[in-house]
Amino acid sequence: MVRIIAFFVGLGFAGVLLWSFVVNLYDNITEPPAPTAEHEFHREPKELHLASDGPFGKWDKAQLQRGFQVYKEVCAACHSLERVAFRDLAGLGYNEAEIKAIAKSYDVPSINPDTGEPATRKGIPADYFPKPYANETAGRAANNNAYPPDLSLITKAREGGAAYIYSLLTGYQNQPTELLKQFPDVKTPEGLHYNPYFANLNIAMPKPIVSDGQVTYGEGAPAATVDQMAKDVSAFLVWTAEPKLVNRHRAGMAVLIFLIMATVLGYMAYQNIWASAKRKVAPKGPLDPDNQAKREAAKAEAGGIAG
Amino acid sequence: MSFAWAKPYEPKTDIGRWIDERLPLPRLVYGAIGGGYPVPRNLNYFWNFGVLSGLFLTIQIVTGIVLAMHYYSYADGAFTSVERIMRDVNAGWLIRYAHANGASFFFVAVYIHIFRGLYYGSYKAPRELVWMLGLVIYLLMMATAFLGYVLPWGQMSYWGAQVITGFFSAFPLVGEPIRVWLLGGYAPDQAALTRFFSLHYLLPFVIAGVVILHIWSLHIPGSNNPTGVDVKDEKDTLPFHPFYTAKDGWFVGAFLTVYAVFVFFMPNALGHADNYIPANPLATPAHIVPEWYFWPFYAILRAFTVDFILPAKLWGVLAMFGSILLLFFLPWLDRSPVRSGNYRPVFKRFYLLLVVDVLVLGWCGGAPRNRSTSASARLPPPTISRTS
Ligand code: HEC
Ligand code: HEM
Repeated sequence: MVRIIAFFVGLGFAGVLLWSFVVNLYDNITEPPAPTAEHEFHREPKELHLASDGPFGKWDKAQLQRGFQVYKEVCAACHSLERVAFRDLAGLGYNEAEIKAIAKSYDVPSINPDTGEPATRKGIPADYFPKPYANETAGRAANNNAYPPDLSLITKAREGGAAYIYSLLTGYQNQPTELLKQFPDVKTPEGLHYNPYFANLNIAMPKPIVSDGQVTYGEGAPAATVDQMAKDVSAFLVWTAEPKLVNRHRAGMAVLIFLIMATVLGYMAYQNIWASAKRKVAPKGPLDPDNQAKREAAKAEAGGIAG
Repeated sequence: MSFAWAKPYEPKTDIGRWIDERLPLPRLVYGAIGGGYPVPRNLNYFWNFGVLSGLFLTIQIVTGIVLAMHYYSYADGAFTSVERIMRDVNAGWLIRYAHANGASFFFVAVYIHIFRGLYYGSYKAPRELVWMLGLVIYLLMMATAFLGYVLPWGQMSYWGAQVITGFFSAFPLVGEPIRVWLLGGYAPDQAALTRFFSLHYLLPFVIAGVVILHIWSLHIPGSNNPTGVDVKDEKDTLPFHPFYTAKDGWFVGAFLTVYAVFVFFMPNALGHADNYIPANPLATPAHIVPEWYFWPFYAILRAFTVDFILPAKLWGVLAMFGSILLLFFLPWLDRSPVRSGNYRPVFKRFYLLLVVDVLVLGWCGGAPRNRSTSASARLPPPTISRTS
């Protein structure tokens, strides 16, 4: 009885599974999924190499400082950086006085100590970067109903990381004519901008870095081309997403060296301890060098007696 | 006790004898991992993964307790508290990455451990209870990992919780009330987060308890071995210490080395980028996928797409739970007297088929849902099933 029930239950599952498969297959053949503009025209990020890449990666602090400058002068108009405090900027190589000066150049929200009314005061190193908009609604109202996301974690929050940010910033272009030929009804809507690196191809952010020299870099810095600024700000956003990245690389090397040595020593100890046990486990057969040596020795001994 | 020829504990010092008479703890340790536990000599390296699983349970508990010191289970502060751990807590990034990747490596070890047991017939008499307790541990681990993944309250945390608790609503009548009761609301929110944290803290200790039972029940018949043939006498065995402590020792080092490569050099490789976006109940991610260790089950769930007597979703949920529950009956379903797959040519083929099948299912489960993966299930999105 149990067997019969079990058989039918199993048959039920297999049957429904097979039927699902056939239905899906049939659907796929009779009406194959229509190609979409996103599928045909979306592009993978370009290549980007940063000093912080790879297991030995270190910060290029000059580049991070330039990237910070780009953030401050361009992106900060729309994007917050709410998980980074001014004191964290020590990681970019700024000293205490410089950090104090940077913090002081910002007004942060506060309360008027006499009246209790909302007010602002000069920033101190312990403050976090203030947000450009009072709230999400204000941010959307100013940006065609799209909210500019906080940038602190953006390189970790997007597939492709820094390379994606760099590609996005340098990827603005006119909508290709082939696209419009193939998909006439997906013209980039008013207020959006065509960018093949963005998931749905049309992004609400206007091209932020528009011309060479938009940000004035200091002495000894590379020329402030659009490409260079995009790279610098992407590098900076790798830092904001994980300020401890280089500590992690350094600690990792030490831990790996330790573990590899411990493993090798452990393996030698294991060989040593098992040396006595192994031989008893199984005779290794006539071709085992140990056994051959013993046989040779035995033969020599026998030969010696005979001769 | 274990094997008939297991050596009883003989205290060597006066203090040892004094303690042993009052509290036989040294005797317990000696019997469990000391010279008193005779182990077959011929074990291969697949027998190392039990100790490794135990090690990773310990790593999870230790790193987890430290994380819990800095974590807040508030829906509007959880994400920020995890970022504070990453940025401001001393070595916080290490603790968190060790915990997040530790969960993955725990599953790697346990999966190899389970498949070892399957191949060498370790589930057969007299080790049925060892096997079943192991499955209980596995179920508890899955619950713990799911609950833990919700805690950072990122986009995948939130939507994963939404989808997985949605399984319950597949059951007619009682399903939806059960789901609401479990979540403490109609969608994951503060109530869900606090109870998930509470349970995520509790379950690992329950696991530790079941691990003790698992090992206790193992030490009655002793370990199986690659031939599946019972050990004949003492000559076929070696004391656990120092032989197996040495063999486990270096292998632990090797496994931890691979783990360290992930923790220090690619800590987010096994995670999902969307979980670095704070949870947003109004924005559904493009692809909701669970962590890799659930992919095969996710594929089973999505593979049923037609309603036949029962709704498709219920078929999927039943098949998914059934795939694990079935394993509990394995000792009685498999009636062959031969244990080891080495001597069962037909079994060996089906075993390989199972391994390939699980890998294929895993691949399907991780792939974004579309019509061309045959596993594409038209599961109603969670929001729809909630209103229906
Ligand atoms: C005029 C305001 C404005 C400025 C200036 C601006 N952005 Fe944006 N940004 C936006 C808006 C609006 C969005 C949301 C776009 C959308 O969702 O379609 C956005 C989105 C983004 C995204 C997310 C894209 C995604 O994958 O979702 C990134 C990354 C980004 N901006 C980087 C930058 C950087 C770097 C700068 C400075 C060089 C910058 N933005 C300057 C308005 C701005
Ligand atoms: C069976 C053992 C355990 C498993 C499999 C496990 C699994 C997980 C997983 C997958 C996460 C999400 C990681 C992330 O992406 O951030 C997590 C987070 C967390 N776990 Fe555990 N865990 C275990 C034990 C514990 C224990 C014993 C504690 C505490 C007592 C704990 C406390 C936490 C905390 C506070 C978080 C949130 C912080 C974070 O997201 O990093 N865990 N756990």
